[in-house]
Amino acid sequence: MSDYNQAYMVTNPLAPCTVVEINPDNCTGCRLCIEVCRTDVLVPNPETLMVPIVLFPDECWFCGDCVAYCPEPDTIKMHVPITEKVGWKDKESGDRYRLGMKNPPPPYTTPPVGWKSVREK
Amino acid sequence: MSIYEAPLNENTPPWPYTVDYDKVNEVTTDVLIVGGGTAGCHAAINARKKGAKVLVIDKANVLTSGCGGSGVDHWHNACTNPASGISPEDQVDEFQNCRKGIATSEYGSRASHYITARESWDALQDVEEWGIDIRDVNDEFVGADFRDEETKLMFAYDYDSRTVVRVQGAYIKKAMHDEMRRLDVQIQNRVMITSLLTAGGKIGGRVIGATGFHIRTGEFYIFKAKSTIVCTGPSTRLWVFSTELVGANSIHDDPNDVGDGNAICYNAGAEFGQMEAGGRTVGGFRYFGYGTGNAHNTWFACTIVDSNGKEVPWVDRDGKEIKNVADRYRLAKGQKMFYHGPPPHPYETQGPTLIHDLAERIESGEFVLPFYADLPGMPELERKAIFGLMVGNEGKTRHGVYEPYTDGGYDPNKHMMQANVLPPEEAGIHKPWWNGQGPPQWRETAFGGGGGLVYDWDCRSTLEGLYTAGNQMLGGGNHSQSASTGRYAGRKAADYALSADQVEVDKSQLSEERERVYAPVKRSAGIGWKEFQAGLCRVMQDYCATYKAEETLKIGLEWLESIKESEGQQVFARNPHELARIMEAFSRLTVGQMIMEASRARKASSRACDFERVDYPEVDPPDWDKYVIIKREEDGVSISDKPCDYWLQEPYASNYAENYDAHNGLDEKTTRVIGEAAE
Ligand code: SF4
Ligand code: SF4
Repeated sequence: MSDYNQAYMVTNPLAPCTVVEINPDNCTGCRLCIEVCRTDVLVPNPETLMVPIVLFPDECWFCGDCVAYCPEPDTIKMHVPITEKVGWKDKESGDRYRLGMKNPPPPYTTPPVGWKSVREK
Repeated sequence: MSIYEAPLNENTPPWPYTVDYDKVNEVTTDVLIVGGGTAGCHAAINARKKGAKVLVIDKANVLTSGCGGSGVDHWHNACTNPASGISPEDQVDEFQNCRKGIATSEYGSRASHYITARESWDALQDVEEWGIDIRDVNDEFVGADFRDEETKLMFAYDYDSRTVVRVQGAYIKKAMHDEMRRLDVQIQNRVMITSLLTAGGKIGGRVIGATGFHIRTGEFYIFKAKSTIVCTGPSTRLWVFSTELVGANSIHDDPNDVGDGNAICYNAGAEFGQMEAGGRTVGGFRYFGYGTGNAHNTWFACTIVDSNGKEVPWVDRDGKEIKNVADRYRLAKGQKMFYHGPPPHPYETQGPTLIHDLAERIESGEFVLPFYADLPGMPELERKAIFGLMVGNEGKTRHGVYEPYTDGGYDPNKHMMQANVLPPEEAGIHKPWWNGQGPPQWRETAFGGGGGLVYDWDCRSTLEGLYTAGNQMLGGGNHSQSASTGRYAGRKAADYALSADQVEVDKSQLSEERERVYAPVKRSAGIGWKEFQAGLCRVMQDYCATYKAEETLKIGLEWLESIKESEGQQVFARNPHELARIMEAFSRLTVGQMIMEASRARKASSRACDFERVDYPEVDPPDWDKYVIIKREEDGVSISDKPCDYWLQEPYASNYAENYDAHNGLDEKTTRVIGEAAE
């Protein structure tokens, strides 16, 4: 860890959250996510021409099109803001859960009806 | 130094696209389509089938743009499908009557409703041909109450009349896009249209094209066309604006729906109706749509239980308790079709609902908050239809709800999703519960048939050469309406274009528009787009909110004009993206003026339009059962009115079928052969 006493004078971020997160290890810079985004939230990275930049997170509609069209698995993910994280209760046990909780129940892996990757469509 | 200037220094990265504000591109076509959403795509495909050269312009990418750009899960008004016995006439009656008393819908859009009733099923079969599953092709729902065994169609809501089809349409926009490519429809993405060109540059003249600019490169575009179809969406974020709010603070509609179509058509001199209609909104202060437990819309008719697991009963239209789940989807005795919406409702189309006195019974302690949607308690195939099929394919919900929720451990077979914790009076409202209502000064025109272009049986506006489809029409609405009227308008605009001449554009109209559009990039300091946009919203909140009166509306109009000529001349843009946001704010400013003009002209209150005049409190007096029509002229705004069924009056025939048959423009290239898409 670098010197944690080093602080910076920065403006507040534009939006409460990152909206989408890109894993730089998997991203090939193909720009498909940039091309499908309806509000140009994502723009090409001028320096490396690699991982797109989330330039206008405050204009994201959370439509997930960038996620749907990314050809690389586990590369771009929507970040659900805390304000949108719902809760639920197990009908049998009465245990309560919250999306994003520590130690969540295991993922439910059944895909939606009619699921195909966008390329098969 | 303003916050807008602060970040600009030698370390600021340059804009990632090459900018050239001086470059002018000129493109000529037969049919120009503004807005490549659901309506625009169906219009393009049908105009192209007629043999016209077609060009579609979109602010985003047609592949994913528009409200349906990230999916659709159910398709309305498909009454001519082989498993339904409902006639188009009955469907229009349902359209007209079922929504009486619900904001914005009583005045409706009758001709477009009839066109939709006639063509919705055809449009759905088109979509099937383009690769979308509209049936239970994998036999996952065999034996379900909502499945027709012969056609494998699956229905939603009302399982007897069978007009609403459940579809697996997560990638429906890609299917439309691929079909357009196949037919050689030209597409220009990322261009914002800012004006319509008219013959001689005159307000009210024939529409002969449009101008726009590229929102990445800033280049100017001139589109010359024989006919133009405006297929844009309604105006969102007109009263509430904060980009701190989730989903670009936009509710159902695409954030690109700002009212550009309204503004360009109004400025060109086309007539508009019902602009005063609107409704309350919670802005962006809500959960993701369909992402909380509830009993309505996509989640109809999910069992709701209280905190102790006690089930909230369902009742039929007579208030009689419905004992089993299957009957929540069934018609009452003698009923033709029902509407799955909130009471009060006309008795004829009232469907099953949760108990009407839920609020009182929460207050008395009989039901304890919070509530949960008991999907695990629903029959297996109903559960799978609600969560697996509908939430899994609905716009925005596959990647926004289904994936993150299930990744985070939500299991619909075991878990009861929390419904919003609402006060009793809100929990008793028979509406989806992800919203709540918002304060009275927060409103919207979107979702549910607000104002739009006056159109005739050719889907033509009052201007020669200008056609319209989908949400841009007066009273326009859902996916099936957009698809159906898109088909129809595409045919009519192509017919006109194929017999019309190309007209030269007026030079001064072009130069004035270029000067107007690029003014903000020529300033290097001033006001940013967010302040400009939020400022307009303040005027709408203060002077055109739920309570309206002559004096407040007058002041509101003065203020909008004042902002336009003062702060509107100080806004500045540092890249084409910001320029687009500024030009959008100008579109909204125009829409605000239109709404205030129409609101001033309606001197009565109206429940159907969710319209309250403090100085004219009488609700829906018979004299005012009509559209208020506004139109821009050289020397101001002209106001008139039209009967709500003007499509059935002179010069038209007095019944729908005759008008449809006389005008629909179908020929051998655009008519579906019966049974063509069946397996
Ligand atoms: S979720 Fe939609 S709006 Fe947000 S960045 Fe991705 S494509 Fe763009
Ligand atoms: S689509 Fe995926 S791989 Fe391509 S640039 Fe975007 S994140 Fe990277």
